[in-house]
Amino acid sequence: MFKKTLTTATAALAVMASGAFAEDIDIVFVGKNTGNPYFDSLTQGFVEACEEIACNFEFVAPATAEATSQIPFLEAQIQRGVDVIAISPNSPDALNQVFQSARDKGILVLTVNGDITGNEQYRDATILPTDFTKVGADQIEMVGSLIGYEGEIAILSATTEAPDQNFWIDGMNETIANDAKYANMTLVATVYGDDQPEKSTTEMEALLANYPNLKGVIAPTTVGIAAAAQVVQSRGIADQVKVTGLGLPSEMREFVKDGTVEGFQLWSPYNEGWLAAYFAVGLKDGTMTNMVGGTFEVPNLGTITINEGNSINTQAALTTFNAGNIDDFDF
Amino acid sequence: MNVLRSVFLRREAGIFVMIILFCATVGLYKPQFLTSQSLRIVLLLTPLIMIGAMAQMLILVARHVDLSIGSTLGFSAMVAGLMYRDFPDVWWIIGFPVAILTGAVLGLVNGLLVTIFKLPSIIVTLGTLSLYRGLTFIISDARQINRANIPTELKAMSRTSPIFDIPWIILIAFAVALMTYVVARHTQLGRQIYALGSNPDAAPLRGIDVTKVTLIVFTLSGALCGLAGILYASRWGFVNPSNTGAGFEFQVIAAVVIGGVSINGGVGTVLGTVLGVLLLGCVAAALPLLGIPGSTQNAIYGAVILIALLIDRSVRQRGVVSLSRGVA
Amino acid sequence: MTDTTVATTRELAPARPTWHLILVRPETMTFLLLIAGLVGASTLSPFFLDANYILRSFTLTAEMSIVALVLTMVVISGEIDLSPAANMALSACIFAWAQDAGVPLPLAVAVGLLAGLAMGAINAFMSIRMQLPSIIVTIGTLIFFRGIAQVIAGDRSIRVPESFIGINTVMVFGIPLPVVIFMVVALILGLVLGTTVIGRQIYQIGTNQAAALHAGINAKRIKVGLFLVLGVVSAAAGMMAASRLGSVRYDLVLGGELQMVLMAMLGGTYIFGGRGTILGTFLAAWLLVIVSTGMTVANLLPAIQLTVLGILLIVAIIATNFIYARTQR
Repeated sequence: MFKKTLTTATAALAVMASGAFAEDIDIVFVGKNTGNPYFDSLTQGFVEACEEIACNFEFVAPATAEATSQIPFLEAQIQRGVDVIAISPNSPDALNQVFQSARDKGILVLTVNGDITGNEQYRDATILPTDFTKVGADQIEMVGSLIGYEGEIAILSATTEAPDQNFWIDGMNETIANDAKYANMTLVATVYGDDQPEKSTTEMEALLANYPNLKGVIAPTTVGIAAAAQVVQSRGIADQVKVTGLGLPSEMREFVKDGTVEGFQLWSPYNEGWLAAYFAVGLKDGTMTNMVGGTFEVPNLGTITINEGNSINTQAALTTFNAGNIDDFDF
Repeated sequence: MNVLRSVFLRREAGIFVMIILFCATVGLYKPQFLTSQSLRIVLLLTPLIMIGAMAQMLILVARHVDLSIGSTLGFSAMVAGLMYRDFPDVWWIIGFPVAILTGAVLGLVNGLLVTIFKLPSIIVTLGTLSLYRGLTFIISDARQINRANIPTELKAMSRTSPIFDIPWIILIAFAVALMTYVVARHTQLGRQIYALGSNPDAAPLRGIDVTKVTLIVFTLSGALCGLAGILYASRWGFVNPSNTGAGFEFQVIAAVVIGGVSINGGVGTVLGTVLGVLLLGCVAAALPLLGIPGSTQNAIYGAVILIALLIDRSVRQRGVVSLSRGVA
Repeated sequence: MTDTTVATTRELAPARPTWHLILVRPETMTFLLLIAGLVGASTLSPFFLDANYILRSFTLTAEMSIVALVLTMVVISGEIDLSPAANMALSACIFAWAQDAGVPLPLAVAVGLLAGLAMGAINAFMSIRMQLPSIIVTIGTLIFFRGIAQVIAGDRSIRVPESFIGINTVMVFGIPLPVVIFMVVALILGLVLGTTVIGRQIYQIGTNQAAALHAGINAKRIKVGLFLVLGVVSAAAGMMAASRLGSVRYDLVLGGELQMVLMAMLGGTYIFGGRGTILGTFLAAWLLVIVSTGMTVANLLPAIQLTVLGILLIVAIIATNFIYARTQR
């Protein structure tokens, strides 16, 4: 009993104390899982933004990236009374109820790096790394430029139901079908590596065995592209099969330097975190509004537009990495 | 004639036949499966599991279980990885003794908990599975060791080869298998392990120092997992605190069981275990080739294990003695 | 000639004092750990000590806890089952797929339960009838069931109808329904195990199956029954989870089998059978919730959580073994 009173008293004091510094917004970013280097970069963006503006930032993530693994963490953040929950969701729909309870308590819910497709009404806004509608086309162009715009290509994806993967793959299919520039290229297969190195490797090996005339492989997943590059490197066939896709410079640097991979693309996760922090703080202290069609300013990133469905793109198009610029990046 | 007959009645022959049948069937649909390239692929999938299976075989023969092998692999790999990252000038081969020693220490801890406190190994290793994984996260600060930090020479071991175009790591894996065979069949330690496993109560009466043998088995298992850890870094080029070694224990146990090692102790051969590993490797390589969607592959694995169990005569003969009073 | 004096009856060991019987048992250790956990968690974070929050957090693992109770009985009988989590997922997938295909809800529920029963039957057949070691059998079925769930559901989530959702929002006297169900099941199973003939027989089978058989106990039938019950209860739990989450995926409670075994072990159940109580598992379920929720709300990273859970398990079994050794006669 005494313990309970003491604890409640302490909690009350804590609340009053934080009330005195009402300017500082509490932001928590819930990652997909821990130990994922991609999110280290994203988190860094948040951390450094919160050093500039008035926010307290914490990063939490479950040990594994299952659909429901983030729920206890979300409940805990609601219990802690944070102001903003930014999350890279592991599931498009398992989190709906939790998001609702958060928003009922006045917590701002932002999905970062990916959206909860089909359930957008449960979050306030989404911050995407780039314009997803262009990714498919850009990747086809990338692989085309490497293989001379003719020959067989294949796609090595992540999991079969990942919404962003499927969105991009649809874009790729459309581009190849409709754009005359790629008329001499055929997409022969789409396989799934589940974002696991072992699986991605065996799928890549199977591609090479099943399609001996394969000229190019697009792997729009950082795990997949690294695995595919490794296979090509170990077999020494970098001249016959061109690997490209979405990859992290830190992981691909070695492959670019030894010529296995000539070019690949991505965006800057750091910028996403940076933008998300500024946006969240801006919304909470009233300097920005979450209106479709509206714009706001973020230092270093310029003017950002809020698109349909409260969706925000951090940068307009993909960045291409190759031997020329690979050393300029540290993520 | 009798020799031939006794060869065929052996369990290992059964697995060998299964492998041949499987490969032949797959080969009918996809002739590419029967090429040396394909063999190389299969072999490259197996070195880590091969080494883990050798470790687990000895443990199972001694009538114990080690569920922490994945976490031991991960922790050892991470220690070596951290060393590479924070001391980039160190000679790359030091990673090997570092990982092996780390693994040995973790294995020793398991052994101590089992022998000093007389705890069932299945529970101890269930606990250390979590504990070692947690420690892996802690020492790495939940960050992965990137490709750039792993020495090129180490990564090259998965590609280059001194002989017949067989990469180093495959040679190492088979060397470990050979070594295990020698220990199991031709050393006193090996005989003691088998004796201990078949009858733990009688073992002390036969002059076997149960504590010493148990500690050695667990330490050896840990050391082998440490080796598997550094080879993970070689094979995949990175070490990730969540993924490195995750699920390893199930893959290894499946291979070992298919290979005819009995959960009740005292029964099991290196040849059988090697064949078990190869069978699973063939299945893993064949499924994507056949275009079987990833979502069906696990069901097939499970079915393969269950079928292998049903076929296994010696296990059935042992009966439901299972996890009986044999706490060594 | 003196007739042979009846050999002096061996001095009976003095009866253990009552307080000894009540207090020196593994369940007490679990209880003490529970208290320690409460204190520890409260000091770690001011946000922890909120009854509603703790109860809500329990609902996240209530389904697994219910299954763990039945699993305890299986372990006491000398077997083990590592497949219940996969069973939960597969039954839930079959249920969801059925009602998604137009099957009326009650029928779909029945189909799900039947699926769970079938899975229990597979485990029972291979472990008892074929006399294979249940640990290996259930590792095989755990992979197999999870695999079939993947075949049925792919990587998608299958939604369940609105009317079915929200079991965790139903309150009974302010306590979420899943928690109430857990407590009721614990009570029933505790009574069965502690007071009925079948309960006693289960302990006997686990202590010494040969002796039990000689005493006329139909050990095989009882064990088969236990596997079947575990199968059905897992299916029911899987559907409870579907109701809570609103949709079903193949990776439902992935890795849950370890959690369930953890609960049984923390509660003082002896892995080789013959000892353990429902009360122990009941307390252990609360202990796990307290410890993991306490760490999560204090924003402790999974790194620490895993380490703590590992240490907890090791400490618990050392203590359990110690207690059993001391109270052995």
